[in-house]
Amino acid sequence: MYGFEYSKAASAEAAAQSLKDDEDAKVLAGGMTFIPTLKARLAMPTQVIDLNSLPELSGITVTADTVRIGAMTRHAHVAADADVKAAIPALAYLAGNIGDPMVRNRGTIGGSVANADPAACYPSAILGLGATVHTTERDIDGDSFFTEMFETALQEGELIKAVTFKRPDAAAYMKFPNPASRYAMVGVFLSKGSDGIRVGVTGAAPYAFRFAAAETALNADFSTQALENVTIDPDMLNTDMHATAAYRASLVLTMTKRAVDACL
Amino acid sequence: MTHTITFTLNGEQTTATVTPNHLAVDLLRDDLGKTGTHVGCDTSQCGACTLHLNGEPIKSCTLLAVQLDGTEITTIEGLAKNGDLHPMQAAFKEHHGLQCGFCTPGMIMSGIGIAQRNTTPDDATIRHELEGNICRCTGYQNIVTAIREGAKAMAEV
Ligand SMILES: Cc1cc2nc3c(=O)[nH]c(=O)nc-3n(C[C@H](O)[C@H](O)[C@H](O)COP(=O)(O)OP(=O)(O)OC[C@H]3O[C@@H](n4cnc5c(N)ncnc54)[C@H](O)[C@@H]3O)c2cc1C
Ligand code: FES
Ligand code: FES
Repeated sequence: MYGFEYSKAASAEAAAQSLKDDEDAKVLAGGMTFIPTLKARLAMPTQVIDLNSLPELSGITVTADTVRIGAMTRHAHVAADADVKAAIPALAYLAGNIGDPMVRNRGTIGGSVANADPAACYPSAILGLGATVHTTERDIDGDSFFTEMFETALQEGELIKAVTFKRPDAAAYMKFPNPASRYAMVGVFLSKGSDGIRVGVTGAAPYAFRFAAAETALNADFSTQALENVTIDPDMLNTDMHATAAYRASLVLTMTKRAVDACL
Repeated sequence: MTHTITFTLNGEQTTATVTPNHLAVDLLRDDLGKTGTHVGCDTSQCGACTLHLNGEPIKSCTLLAVQLDGTEITTIEGLAKNGDLHPMQAAFKEHHGLQCGFCTPGMIMSGIGIAQRNTTPDDATIRHELEGNICRCTGYQNIVTAIREGAKAMAEV
């Protein structure tokens, strides 16, 4: 690790201001991505501002229509929360299958969403449930949040404070984990709600996206047969040492069908 | 700039002065002599460094030493009481849940976490919750048995 200054955040707004004052400052959440990056000397921040000093950023509020999760809420907390399990069981399931128990005891939803790893699980739920990302500056529509690989709509010095998910009538998350890293090789979050079907896909492309062709087919006929003639263009998908784009295209359809099955 | 931190290590108040770019596991091993917590990777994947922070298993290779300030830490050295092994340690011994022993401290700290979250975990649960602990020797069979039996013993005390 290169050297840096360390401080505990006094508030989300104060931390955001420090990021505006010093473009090489970074915030630390669960550290599950950021600390390995520091260890590998892939980042050289001047200062690290620790958000773990802000309990007000952690917590879950469930209403009749929504589930709001504070940015510093750990994956283990979401996975075990009785209200989340009752309101959106698929979201608790997603959180409970991120990495391993130690990762879940530290990793946070804010860190995961801000980081926008192409293989991270939560981005599929942001799109698959129709979420709003609340920041120190504004509310961002989840559909326009992921913009490129590891890139989001967040501006310099803008921090996530919470995420609000819409409660669906039914939802499922189907993950095909990379056997080594446990990240999603492909993950599909599907929901059925008052504004129709949403299918959020992670792991397959440079950043999470909505599978529009599947949504159209499923809005007309909510069955796995409806997906028989739906295809996905492998040209928009990733090829790496773990899987070719063609294999990922096949996985996207298979995971989508499994998610439909789970909602029937 | 250095930071002076105070935390409870295996029941004892401990003070240390650390630089921000110091890892928790390095402080414990190199400066405080608690070498039972191992380091098996650079990528936060192997779990050899698992210890309990405020009662919950975490990877100490993925935590800054300054973040220990104000916490309660239990390492493998803190489990045995008055020379008696913790029930999970005893179960690893009884069921031979190890070969070379490198992964063992992390396995035991994770195993206790599994037992605390699920009173009588079945093998499928144990295997799922061991995803963050890699063993290169045993093939896991005896580790799973040890955690299952260790969890039973913990439930009985
Ligand atoms: C072994 C292992 C396996 C994993 N498996 C999975 C998996 O299967 N699925 C999955 O989805 N993830 C997985 N992860 C990642 C994990 O979910 C982390 O939670 C996630 O990568 C980052 O969250 P964090 O809280 O640790 O953030 P950090 O690592 O602390 O931060 C990540 C980045 O986000 C920024 N940031 C943090 N909080 C905020 C905020 N509130 N506002 C703006 N920016 C912020 C930081 O500055 C940093 O750049 C895995 C990680 C490990 C180590
Ligand atoms: S040393 Fe491998 S996970 Fe910590
Ligand atoms: S006993 Fe050797 S690595 Fe597990």
